[in-house]
Order: sequence, then structure tokens, then C-alpha cells
Amino acid sequence: MESILKIHNVEKYYGSRSSLTKAIDNISFEVDKGEFVAIMGASGSGKTTLLNCVSTIDRVTSGHIFVDGEDITKLKGNLLNKFRREELGFIFQDFNLLDTLTAYENIALALSIQNVSVSEISRRVDKVAKELDIKDVLKKYPYQMSGGQKQRVASARAIITNPKLVLADEPTGALDSKSAKMLLERFDYLNKELEATILMVTHDAFTASYATRVIFIKDGKIFNELHRGDDSRKEFFDKIIDVVTLLGGDLNDAL
Amino acid sequence: MLFKLSLKNIARSIKDYAIYFFTLILGVAIFYIFNAIESQTVMMNVSSSTYEIIDLMNSMLSGVSVFVAFVLGFLIIYANRFLMKRRNKEFGIYLTLGMSRRKISLILFFETLIVGCISLVVGLVLGTALSQVMSLFVANMFEAKMTEFEFVFSSSACIKTLIYFSIMYILVMIFNTYNVSRCKLIDLLNANKKSEKVKMKNPLVCIIVFILSACALGYAYWCVTGGVTDMQTADKILIPIALGALSTFFIFWSLSGLLLKIFMSMKNVYYKGLNSFTLRQFSSKINTTVFSMTIICLMLFFTICVLSSAISIRNSMTSNLEAMVPADIQLDKKMDLPADSKYSKGIIEDSKIQVSETLDRLGFDMDKYFKDVIEFDLYASDEFMIRDTLGSSYDEMAKQFPYLDYDMAETFIKESDYNKVAKLYGLDQVQLNGNEYVVIADFDSWINIRNEGLKQNTAITIDGTTLTPKYDECVNGFVYMTSSHINTGIFIVPDDVLKSMPRESGILIANYKADTDEEKQEIEDKIMHLDNNPYAVNTDIEASTKISLYEGSIGLGAMITFIGLYLGIIFLIASAAILALKELSESTDNKERFHMLRKIGTDEKMLNKALFRQIGIFFLFPLILAIIHSIFGIKFCAYLLETFGKDELIKSIIATAGIIVFIYGGYFLITYLCSKNIIKER
Repeated sequence: MESILKIHNVEKYYGSRSSLTKAIDNISFEVDKGEFVAIMGASGSGKTTLLNCVSTIDRVTSGHIFVDGEDITKLKGNLLNKFRREELGFIFQDFNLLDTLTAYENIALALSIQNVSVSEISRRVDKVAKELDIKDVLKKYPYQMSGGQKQRVASARAIITNPKLVLADEPTGALDSKSAKMLLERFDYLNKELEATILMVTHDAFTASYATRVIFIKDGKIFNELHRGDDSRKEFFDKIIDVVTLLGGDLNDAL
Repeated sequence: MLFKLSLKNIARSIKDYAIYFFTLILGVAIFYIFNAIESQTVMMNVSSSTYEIIDLMNSMLSGVSVFVAFVLGFLIIYANRFLMKRRNKEFGIYLTLGMSRRKISLILFFETLIVGCISLVVGLVLGTALSQVMSLFVANMFEAKMTEFEFVFSSSACIKTLIYFSIMYILVMIFNTYNVSRCKLIDLLNANKKSEKVKMKNPLVCIIVFILSACALGYAYWCVTGGVTDMQTADKILIPIALGALSTFFIFWSLSGLLLKIFMSMKNVYYKGLNSFTLRQFSSKINTTVFSMTIICLMLFFTICVLSSAISIRNSMTSNLEAMVPADIQLDKKMDLPADSKYSKGIIEDSKIQVSETLDRLGFDMDKYFKDVIEFDLYASDEFMIRDTLGSSYDEMAKQFPYLDYDMAETFIKESDYNKVAKLYGLDQVQLNGNEYVVIADFDSWINIRNEGLKQNTAITIDGTTLTPKYDECVNGFVYMTSSHINTGIFIVPDDVLKSMPRESGILIANYKADTDEEKQEIEDKIMHLDNNPYAVNTDIEASTKISLYEGSIGLGAMITFIGLYLGIIFLIASAAILALKELSESTDNKERFHMLRKIGTDEKMLNKALFRQIGIFFLFPLILAIIHSIFGIKFCAYLLETFGKDELIKSIIATAGIIVFIYGGYFLITYLCSKNIIKER
């Protein structure tokens, strides 16, 4: 399989010399094309910092991150913005939809900043809306939608540009369990049918069980790694719970 | 401890609200500058008649200052409300920490105190510095000679500024205390979480409202221009003003929805770059700010009209003066006063003799001081009222202009006398062929009325001689020297028809026998001192001299200019500051939105462009409507002030535009730069 994301000896330190915090302590792994990877860890384990580094919102202290062979830690200014809007898709815990725009306009925005033609925008928004089952909310504003609908709109915005990599930061964090399940099934569909590569950060074992691979992080280091293989989702969930129990600490509270 | 907290709060927010401090300082400085004019004028070397005008100006300026203080007070409280709203969460945290409301009030009290003190001190220092420049301007306006530069500090203006602004700040403190004591903790903490509801208006309703308000506005425009002649009483102007204000509101209301609809249907434009975002930003805010937009638009309209009219009055006054006051002196008095009138016996006696003879009795040597002397009489009789000379057009005119007095006796002058005056004044002479008459006038609306009568060839009969008009319109001309065009009409008739008509007034026009300004002033002083002669009680002779008319109109022009500038600049600053503060106070919301746009990979350049457009539209929208209003408003002002002349309107409009671009544009730029700073990546 072709590797789409390659994280190589990445370190991220916070604070000054006297009180140094290693948020990420020498992490290396690869994500192949078409994989659905979940990163699990307790709060403070460094998982969101890692995601921020991949998404170029934050900068690494040392090490390299390659997306499709290109070292993104070297990118600057408008090249960074270009990279973000053309190669990445974002899904945030708090949706991050613009409250002044309708769902349709929110999704279209991702294309219009790439100067895609109007007819192309309309075609692609219709297609992605069908896939994520949000056709009937396209005309609504964020405040008129449920949390699950908002997150699916945000997901639509993330994948409409056909990004090489979709990054999701606690996507189910603000959803009730029913909406969360629905969203994750859509993720599964995106991953399997549309071959979207997804990197998701979560502290929820149920959410992680939809992934094809789970990477556990503790104190800025990789603690364990699980491949789903041919397991059913239920079996995979049990395996994840085992590791979580092993990890101990406050991840248990999240269950 | 609380004081320290206040200090820290100010230090933290000074960057975000620099524009608020800036406006306060500017307000203080301008208030000081215009109130300090009084002490500057005291130092000037000007004549006594100019002093009278300056006195009047100073008392008017201090009256206007009260009004200005209200405007500034309103601005400060309004701005303060914005700033407080932004800090709701902070207050919520204080309250949850167990701080009492009284203590929060105390924090705010200290903050206002510190802000007030800083702005007063800086503003007064700035004001004192700028008022030195102003003193040059003042001297220039009054054409006073500046012998030497003198540093002027007006302690009375300083004290006045301190008192007025202290009152404003105390009001702000009371307002804050009231607000803090009233608010609920839950609202404070959730203040930022409330998601904004964007209500889309029904486009059909928008279109209907827009058309209706455009029609109403059109009618208001017509009232003050085309239909201006119907505006007979002062209260009638209230209708177009009220209509204009209301339709301004509804135009903003409907246009916000309408424009969005139009742009949304232009899909190629709407879905290009950040256009959809910018437009939505604009429409989501205009929903909540239609009212303040209206206020700002009307304030701008007021500013433009006041500034351009004030500047144009002064300019045309001084430029017209040369043509309007061609001779050095004109003396006039009533002639042939009836014996039973309310005047004293001496005056009635005096009214039987010529002006030159009166001068002689006053002990004035005409041959020594005057040259180019013309002396003549004007005639009037109760038999010839204005109504009689309008002919058949009278009924129509009386209907159109019922407020005019048609029962005034018309004034007549002999053809030969007028031609002498015209020669001296440099006006066109009039040649009558037999039984003809000519009307001279320079008051535009009266010329229009009289032309109606002349077009119908209205004949008048004096002493059995019937005269017909030579021309079907008035001839431009005047007899009395004044600083404005107020000649409503004088009839020039053949010399011999006036034999039996009673004399109305005697007039003597002359130039001084002098070459230099100093010598002229000496003669002028001599004439003014004739009042001391014992015979003076027996005459009501009046003098209009070139020197006094010049001084009077220069003074009047300067006064109007200063008051116009004062009000105009304060209004301009107030409206620009409200817009700027509104825009900046929303920058926290914008910060989140722009941050999100950045996350999905929007270029900085695109973001800045969107921000620039967003703020630009907000500043431009009220300005455009205000300019449209002003086109008609200035026309109306020109109509009201037509006696002052209107030749200089273009120049004054350019000057006004310059002031607006400088102040309003300056506020726009500062707002843009501050907003850009706020949305910058941390």
C-alpha cells in the first residue's frame, strides 16, 4: 500500500528550558492510502497536539511530517494555506461552521476559495450531500440543525475537495450516542466506498472501534497499536477496551 | 486591589479600543478649541463693529457647545454600552468568584475615572496645541492683522471642558452601575454562546417596502426642491424630514435583504472566493444595525449640508461684496413724514429737507470729504401696492405664496436718478421710450413673482399717465447697498410722472475723498461721530458704508463658518466613531470566523480583502444614502440662503468632501487596521 502520511521522529515541546513539557516525544508512524486510523489517549496525552501538527495549525519542534511525499514542516505562508485547502479536510469537535451561512454555503465555501466554477460546486455539493444524507438541511442555518446534522455538514465540507487526508478531532465529542453512531457509519462509508483516508483523534473506545487501526498514545509516546483485520466491530471494540484498561488512568472515565 | 484590576483591564483593552480613546481625546480637544476661540479673539486687533460680531459668535458658540455636549454624551454612553457588552463574560466570572456587584461597579468606576482623566489631560494638551493653529485661522477669517504670535491658553475654556466632560463621565458611571446591578449571572456567562439567528426576510415584502420607501423618499426630495414653493411655514419642513428619516430606515431594512437576494441569484459572483461569506457577514449584521445605520446616515447628511452651506455662505458673501457695495457710503432717511406720525417734531421737520442739508446742519463738510456725490429721492404711495402691480397674476401668486405681504407700497425712482446711480455702481443704465417702466430687482424669488406680472404686460397708471413694461422680466439692479441680494423690486419710471407722488426717502451716495485705507477710516470715524452733534437728535439719518458692510459680512461669514465647522466635525466624528466601535466590538465574533476560514486554508490576502470589503461596505452604505440626501438637502439650503448668493457652492462642496474623506476615511482606515490586528493569527 502506498503511504499517504508519514510521521518521522516528531517532537513537540512546550514551555521554557526550566520547565519543559514534552507534548509529543519522538513519535513515528505511517498511514496508508485508504486507511481509517484512530488515535486514542487520555486528555493531555498529546493526541490533539499531534493532529494540530499534521494539520499545520501548530509547528513541530523537531522531526518531519510527509504528506504524499512532501515535507509539510517546511511549508510557509500561503503555501501552507494552499496545502490546507487542497490536500486536507478538517472536522472539528465543535463543528466550526459559519453561523451566518447556510449548510449549502458552508460546504460550497471550501470549493469557492479554490475558485471552482459554480456549476461544478453545485454538482459536487449535491453529490456529497446525498452521500452524507444531508440533502434536506442544505438550505438551513447551523442554528436550525441538530448536532449530528451539523457534524455531517462539517464532514461534507471536509471531503468535498477530495483531500488526500481527512483529519477529525473528536468528531463525536459533542454528539449524543445516536448521532455519533450515524456519523461514524458515514465515516465508514466514506472510507470504504470513497476510499477517503481518515485520521481521527478520540478518547472514546466506541468511536475508535469504527477505525481500521487504532494507535494509543500515552505521555507523548506511542503505547500500543491495534489492527482490526477481519474482526467484527464488536470484537475490535472489546480489544480496544482491553488496551484501555491496560492504559489505566483517566481514559477509563471516558467509558 | 480593585484599582489594580482596573488598571490591568485598561492596559489590556487599550489596543482593541484604541479608537474609543482616540475619539474621546478628539472630542475633548475639539470642545476645547472652539471654546477657546473667545480668548483668542480678545487678543485680536479689530474694529469695534467686528467686536460686536465676535461677541455674538462667542455666545453662539457656547450655546452650540451645550448641544455638542449632548451629542458627545450620547456618543460616549452608546460607545460605553458596546464595550460593556463585550465584557459580560468577564463580569460573570467575577460574580461566580463571589465578588459583589458593588465591587464590580467600583472596578468600572475606577476604569471610567482613569480613562476620563487620561483622555481629559491628553485631549486638553492636544487642544491647546491645535488651538494655536486655530488662532491663525481665526485671525485670517476676521482679516485681523496678527502683529506677533502669542501663545494663548484659555483657562475658562479649559474649566468648561473639564466640567462638561466630568458630567458626561459621571453619567457613564451611573449608567454602568445601573447595568451591573440589573444583570443576571446566567445571561452574563452565556452571553457569548448565544448563536446568532439570521432571519431571512421575505423578498417580496422587501421589494414592496423598498419601493414604498423609495417613493416616500422621492416625495420628500420633491418637497424640498421642485415643490419648495409650497413650503410656506417652518413647520411644513417637518413632513419631508420625518418622511426622509423613516424611509431611510426602511430602505436600509429592505435593501439588506434585497441586495443579498440579488447577489445570491448571481451565482457566479456569489460563489466566488469569500464573496458569500462577506455578503452574509454584512447582511447578518445589518439586520441588527439598521437603526444605527439610519442614525449615522442622517448625521452624515446633516454634516454634509451644514459644512457645505456654511463654507459657501462665507465664500459667496465675501466674493459678492465687491459688486454689491460699489460706493464708499450711502446715507438715507425718511422724507416728508406726516405731521401726525409718532416721530418727534424735530425729525418731522428734518424730513422735509435734503440729506445734504441735514449733513450741513450736522456740521459736516461734504466738499472736503466726499466726491462723486449723487442725491435723489425714492417715491412711494399707498395707491400702488404690490398687489396692484402684479396685474392678473396676483390671484395665482397670492395662492402660491400666501405668506408674502402684498400690501406694501411699491417704490419708484426717476429714470434720470437711476441712471446716475447705475453709472456710479457700474450697473446697466435704463432708457425708457415714452410711457414705459422697468422693474429692477436682485432677489431671485421676487424676480420670479414679478416676471409673472411683467409677462402679462401689466399696465400701471400714475397721475393719469398709463405706463407699460418695457421688458417682460426684471432687470438686475439695486439702489441700496447691502451685503445680500434683498432688492425685491423698484420701478423706474419717466421723470415727469412722479411729480405728485409723495417722497418716501432721500438718498445720498458718495465716495470718500481719500486714497489710503487709513484716510478712509478717518472720514468714516468722522461720520460716525456726527452722532455727538446736538442736531443729531433731530434726524434719523442712516449710513451704510463700505467699511462697515465689509466688516459685518466678514464677521457674519466667519461666525457661520465656525459654527458650521464645529457642528459638522463633531457630528462626523460621532457617526464615524459609532460605526468604528460597532465594527470593532464585533471583531471577537469575526475573530472566530476568520480563524475558521484560515483553518480550512484561506489565503491571508483573501481574508484581508474580505475584511476590507466588509468594513468598507459598512462605512459606505450610510455615506452613499447620505450623499443622495445631501444633493437635495444642499439644493434646499441654497434656496433658503439664496440672498447670500450661491456662486461658491462647488468650491464648498469640494471642501466638505475633503473634510469627510479625511475624518470619515481616517476612521475607516483605523478600523480596518485594528480589525486586521484583531483577526491576526495568534
